Amino acid sequence: MFFVKRILFLVPLLLVISSLSFALLRLAPGGPFDHDRAPASPEVERLLRARYHLDEPVWQQYGRWLNDALHGDFGLSLKYRNHTVTDIIRQGLPVSLSLGLLAFGFAVGVGIPVGFFTAVRRGEWVDWGGSFLVLLSICVPGFVIGPLLAMIFALKLHWLPPALWGAPLQAVLPMVTLGLYFAGRVARLMREGMTQTLQSEFIRTARAKGLSEFAVLTRHAFRLAVMPVVSYSGPMLADLLTGSFVVESIFQIPGIGVFIVDSSRSRDYPLVIGLVLLYAVLLLVMNLVVDLAYGLLDPRVKYD
Amino acid sequence: MAEALTPNQRAWLRLRRNKPAVVSAAFLLLMLALALLVPMLSPHAADHGSDAQFAAPGAIHWFGTDVHGRDVFTRVFAGARISLLVGAVGTAVSLVIGVCWGLVAGYVGGRLDGLMMRFVDVLYSLPSIIFVIVLITTLETLFKRLLTQIAPELSGSARLLFLFVGLGAVSWLTMARIVRGQVLSLRHRPFVLASQALGAGHARILFRHILPNVTGIVIVYLTLTVPAIVLYESFLSYLGLGIQPPQASLGTLIAEGAAQINPIRVYWWLVVCPGSVLALTLLALNFLGDGLRDALDPRAE
Repeated sequence: MFFVKRILFLVPLLLVISSLSFALLRLAPGGPFDHDRAPASPEVERLLRARYHLDEPVWQQYGRWLNDALHGDFGLSLKYRNHTVTDIIRQGLPVSLSLGLLAFGFAVGVGIPVGFFTAVRRGEWVDWGGSFLVLLSICVPGFVIGPLLAMIFALKLHWLPPALWGAPLQAVLPMVTLGLYFAGRVARLMREGMTQTLQSEFIRTARAKGLSEFAVLTRHAFRLAVMPVVSYSGPMLADLLTGSFVVESIFQIPGIGVFIVDSSRSRDYPLVIGLVLLYAVLLLVMNLVVDLAYGLLDPRVKYD
Repeated sequence: MAEALTPNQRAWLRLRRNKPAVVSAAFLLLMLALALLVPMLSPHAADHGSDAQFAAPGAIHWFGTDVHGRDVFTRVFAGARISLLVGAVGTAVSLVIGVCWGLVAGYVGGRLDGLMMRFVDVLYSLPSIIFVIVLITTLETLFKRLLTQIAPELSGSARLLFLFVGLGAVSWLTMARIVRGQVLSLRHRPFVLASQALGAGHARILFRHILPNVTGIVIVYLTLTVPAIVLYESFLSYLGLGIQPPQASLGTLIAEGAAQINPIRVYWWLVVCPGSVLALTLLALNFLGDGLRDALDPRAE
């Protein structure tokens, strides 16, 4: 019931988001045809505006757009003429998605073990070293890490290709650049969760029963300690999927991130709205999935 | 028998015992002093080019020079000055919006509260980075036009002023939620009801009784907003949407450094110097924020 309500709430939310961004874009001065190399003659511009229905009142345009969108048509891009918004998204999205998922795998795959071991070896050099690296990864922004990694591993050591997308090796640097911050966050959550769990009663009971330390740590403690990471993974995945455009621009990756800056600058209305909606849907769905997963993993959580 | 301490004195004591927070505060003061003094006292002007292109860090140019032979040391601290300025003013803007919004929603309650908070929910569900970019790119020309009408003498720094407003305008959501929650719980406390019964007006209740009680949590959240806005600004500047030349922030400097990456020669100092100053500043701000939270949180006793 809770989830039905949540899903039904998405509909008005997306309506509000689309109409807000529609209004915001039209409020802004400057049109999509201002930036052409040669200024169009008034006649050409009039025809262009008529072709894209920009000469109608805004509410009528919104109605038309909404009607088309409900039929799965998000319109033609105004800048990349003859490409539909759906086309552009269909080409770029898989790239951005796979980059985001790779970075997610990296963040979880590195963050959880680091957090686990720094908690288990609390106060020893593993903890100090690990915690220092974690701190570093959280505080150095991606647009500093990215160029640095490219300089070191691609240009100095020649181990990895410096840019572009396609070959598996080309994915390494973007993945690390995008995922490092999140790996740090995950490691922190994991360390905190593990530290707290290890102090709880049922762990003492498990030890008292004579279970091996390995079984205590993996079978008993880990399952509870990983919960904060699970609840963080939704927002994290959304951030990874929506926040990849700096990484895309550093490593010249043909994802959809580039279009967000580009299209809102050139007033490419249909493309901006398509992208904003796409990102909003990604974010909302991700949060929904996490709530669902949380309920499945922790039977104590009840939704009404 | 020790003298009884006020909650504020105890918070101050706790803060001073927190080593990372104290070190961070000292570092931030140093940073502030450098950002103010270096551009003034340096023998090299921040935007003055020379023939010494891409000189490596050395005795004359401590952080080396860039593509136009400009001294990176001076430029980094001139950039830090702008980054910190945007962080401070942007936070102030978000403070004003967030506190007013939360105060009104929490105090008035009822329908208005529901409406105002749904609005916050909708903004929350927008991916924030996308939201910032769309907002900045679309409203900038509008803002510039407005500014030239109201105060034409300021139009030169339109971008900077717009960043103040724009970044503040997207960073107030959490503040509004926190303040509203606090106000909602304070409103029905006995001391507020007593004051009401004695005939105090709304203004008196709000400013004498409620506002002082939310200051602690507001300060904590404020210190955590500053690094977020500094990061946002450098991020936008990196994308070319923030500070414009000849002005430069840390983000612009990093972008300039990243643009010089080429397979033949590695000019590492162009990225490492502004990057580490930015990272250390963010680190210190976060530590200070955490320290303040621990100090002002009464549960920490």
